[in-house]
Amino acid sequence: MSILKCSDPIALNLWYAIAPLDEVLIGETAQTILLEQPIAYTRNHTGEIVAWVHDVASGGNPETDRLPIKERYGYFWTSLGTPDADIFPIPEYDEQDRRNIHAASFGVNVSAPRLVENFLDMGHFPYVHTDILGAEPHTEVKEYFVEVSKERDEILATNCKFWQPMAAAVASGGMDVDYVYRVPHPYSAVLYKSNPTDPERMDVIAIFIQPTSQETLRVHMLLSLLDESNDDISIRLFQQTIFGQDKPILENQYPKRLPLDPRAETPIRADKSAIAYRRWLSDKGITYGVIPAAA
Amino acid sequence: MTTDLQSNWYPIASSSDLPKRHVYQAQLLGREFAVWRADDGYVNVWENRCLHRGVRLSIGINNGTELRCQYHGWRYANRTAGCTYIPAHPADAPARTICNNTYPAQEAYGLVWAGELAVGELPAIDGFESATVLRPVPIMAPQKMVNQALLGYAWDDTCESAENSDGSVTITATDGSAVRVFVQPVDSNHSVARALYNRKVAGEERIALLKRHSWLMQELRDRTETQAARQETPAPYEPVIAKVSEDLVDIPAISVDGRKADLRVQVARKEMTADGIASLRLEAIKDQLPTFQPGAHIDVHLPNGLVRQYSVTNGPGETDHYTIGVKREPDSRGGSVAIHDTVGEGDVLAISAPRNNFPLRRDAVHTIFIAGGIGVTPLIAMARALNAQGLEFEFHYFVQSDDHVAFKRELSEFEGALNIHKGQSPKETGETLTEVLANPGYARHVYICGPGPMLEATRQIAADKGWADEAVHFEYFKNTTELDDSNSFEIDLARSAMTLTVPAGKSILDVLRENGINMSSSCEQGACGTCRCGVIEGDVIHQDVYLSDGEKAEGRSIMTCVSRAASNRLILDI
Repeated sequence: MSILKCSDPIALNLWYAIAPLDEVLIGETAQTILLEQPIAYTRNHTGEIVAWVHDVASGGNPETDRLPIKERYGYFWTSLGTPDADIFPIPEYDEQDRRNIHAASFGVNVSAPRLVENFLDMGHFPYVHTDILGAEPHTEVKEYFVEVSKERDEILATNCKFWQPMAAAVASGGMDVDYVYRVPHPYSAVLYKSNPTDPERMDVIAIFIQPTSQETLRVHMLLSLLDESNDDISIRLFQQTIFGQDKPILENQYPKRLPLDPRAETPIRADKSAIAYRRWLSDKGITYGVIPAAA
Repeated sequence: MTTDLQSNWYPIASSSDLPKRHVYQAQLLGREFAVWRADDGYVNVWENRCLHRGVRLSIGINNGTELRCQYHGWRYANRTAGCTYIPAHPADAPARTICNNTYPAQEAYGLVWAGELAVGELPAIDGFESATVLRPVPIMAPQKMVNQALLGYAWDDTCESAENSDGSVTITATDGSAVRVFVQPVDSNHSVARALYNRKVAGEERIALLKRHSWLMQELRDRTETQAARQETPAPYEPVIAKVSEDLVDIPAISVDGRKADLRVQVARKEMTADGIASLRLEAIKDQLPTFQPGAHIDVHLPNGLVRQYSVTNGPGETDHYTIGVKREPDSRGGSVAIHDTVGEGDVLAISAPRNNFPLRRDAVHTIFIAGGIGVTPLIAMARALNAQGLEFEFHYFVQSDDHVAFKRELSEFEGALNIHKGQSPKETGETLTEVLANPGYARHVYICGPGPMLEATRQIAADKGWADEAVHFEYFKNTTELDDSNSFEIDLARSAMTLTVPAGKSILDVLRENGINMSSSCEQGACGTCRCGVIEGDVIHQDVYLSDGEKAEGRSIMTCVSRAASNRLILDI
C-alpha cells in the first residue's frame, strides 16, 4: 500500500460506512475517497463486496490491496487500518416493524467533527430549520443531561426537549419533542426522537461520516422509523430538505476543522453535549479534522 | 503574525458596497471582515466569524441596529459588537461580556478604510476632497507587484506617475486630472486596486470615465497577472484567530466585579420628560459604552457620594449613549434631589457598567408590560427591543395624569401596543389589571415595574388569575421591608473552603468583603438582585423583594446584602 496521507492512527483504525449496499452492483467498479486515500469497490460474481486501495496509475490490485469489509445498517463499511473494535451497536435497526431507509449521501465542505456538533445541536432549529424543526419565539434550549459512558466509550445526551412546529413527516402541529443523542464513534452520531404515532418508542436517525479529507466529507444518513403513513420518497425529501438547510451554514464555519482549544469559541449551557464531545475527542488524542488544543 | 502592513489604512470596500441592511464580506491580509452599515450610518468592520461557533457573520442579518448570526440567532450590537441576546437561554441576561473582534474603520472619499492595527485618523488625501470612486479591480498578484505596475498606468501621453509615502500611486495629466490608486492586499497573492479620480462627475460623463479606466485597468490586470503567474506563488497569510478571553471558556460563574464605577460619562442632555421626571442622556467621554440588554440598570455615583440605580431606556442599537429617567422623590434621601438640582448638562458622572437582573425573554408568544409611574423605564427598553424584532406585546402604563407620561417620543415607537391608564384609583387599577391579566397561557409572560403597593397588587392578581410564578417578572425600585439583622450565624463557603461568622448588625455581604471575597452588588437593599448567591444547605430568612415567592420557598438562593440564616449555619456556593 502506498503511504497514506492521514497520519492519525485513531482515525485510520476506525470503521467507515462507504456506500449503501443496494448501490454496489455486480460488475460495476466505483471509486471514492477515504481520509484522502482513493479507494475502489465492486461486488464480485459471488455477490461479495470487495474494496481496495485505488492507485491512480495502475488502478490498484483488488487482491493484494484489499481492504476489510463489514456489512452493517444497510451500508458496507471499511477501514484503512486494523480496527480493534467492532462497529457500534444500533439495536433498534433489527426491530421487525421498523422501516430502515437510506435517506441520502451528501458531500459537505467541512470537517467531520463540525458536522457531528451540528447534529447534536438543538439551538439552531428555529433559525436554520425555520418552521420545520423550530420556530421563533420558541428558542429555548432547556437543561439536559450529558454523560460520557466509560464502559461503552460514547457520549450520551438525554432528557433533551425542543419545541417543534413540524417535527417529522408524519407530524402535524407543534409539540415538544424529546431527543436522545449518542456519539459512539468520533465521526458518527445517532439520535432518538419521540414519535408522534407511538409514545413508547423513538425514531432513530444516524449519520455515518466518511471523511474524504480533514476539511471535506461525505455523510450517509440512515433512518429507522416507525412511520407507516409516508412513502420513502417523501421521507427522504423531508430529511434532504433539513440537510440542505444545514449545508450552507456548515460550509461557512471558520475554521473548517473543529478547534479543541476551550478558548477558541464561546460555549453556552446549551452546548453541553458539544463541550463533552470536544473533550472526548481531546482525550482520545484525535488529530484528524480538528485543531488540537496546544499542549 | 504582526507586520508593518497591518498598521496601515487600506480601502476595503466602496461606500456603495454598503447599501441599507446589507452585510458585505471583505478581506485584508488574509483576514475576512463582515462589513455593515447600521441605520444610523455607522460602518462596522468586524472579524467575519461569530464567537459562538465560527459561522461567517457576512451571511448574517443586518436589521439596522444589530447583526444577527444565522446559526443560533445571537445578536451583536452596532458599534460595540457586544452580544445582546442569546435565544437558546431567553431567561438569562448574557452574564458575561461576549464581544466580537472589531477593527478600526473609517468611511471617507467614498471608500471604507480599515487596518487590523491602524491607529489615529486616516491621513488626508489632498486634492481628492471632491472625487469620483472608480470601479475596483481585483488582481491575482502581490500588492507590491501591482504598485509597481501602476507606475506605468496612463490614459494619455502627458500622464506622470509617482509613488506616495503610503504606497499608493498618483497619476497626473497636464490638464490637471489625476487618479490615485490604493492597492488593498486581500491576501499575499491577491489584491484589489481601488482608485479615486480627483473630480466629481456624474451621469454620462461618469459612465464614460468608469468605462475608460476599467478598460485600462483590465489591461494592467492582464499584464500583472501574467507576470505573477511566472513567479512562485507566495504562501497565503495566516491570520491568527484571537482566543476568546479566559472568562468565556466555562459556562458563566458568579461575577466578581464588586460595586465599581469605572465608566465616566458626560451628561449630554438633561430635560424634563414629564412632571417631576428628568431624562438624562449620558455619553461616553472616551471609547465606547459597554453593551446593555433591555432591563439593565446602571449604578450612578452622585457628587454627594450616594449611589443610585437607574434603568437604561435605550432601544436596540442605541449604543453611543444611555438614557435614564429620574423621578424627584418627595422623601428623597438625597439621590434624586441631587440629580434634579445639582447635576447639569456637561457634568461628568461615574457609573457602573450596565447590569441586567431583569432579563427579557424573547421566546414569548405574547408579552404584557405593566408600568407604574417611573417604573416605566426598564419596560421601555424591553418594549423597544420586542418592537424592533416584530414580536407581539401590549404595554400598560399607569400614571396620575397626562403630565406624568414620561418618554413620549420613545413610547410613540410602539403606539399600537400602548395603553395609558390615567388617574385611576387603586380600586380601578385593580379592575384594569384583572382585565389585562385575564388570560394566562403557554409562552405568555408579564413584566411589572412600579411602586411597591402596585407591584404587590399586580402579582396577587396574576397569581389569582392562574399565572405561573415563572411567567411573572418584576422589578422593585426599593425594598421597604423592615430589615432585621439581629441574629448571628456561620457561613461555610463551599468553593472557597472558608467558614466565617456573620455577627448581628452586619450583612453576609459585609463579612464576605471584609474577608477579601469580592462579590458584586448594586442597590444593597435587596431590590436589584446583583448580590444573589447560591445556597447549598441551610434555611434562609429572606428579607429581599427580588426573589419570587417560589424561589424563596425553594431556598436555593440568597440576597447576601439583606437576607440572613434562619439556621445556625448556611453553606453558600462561593
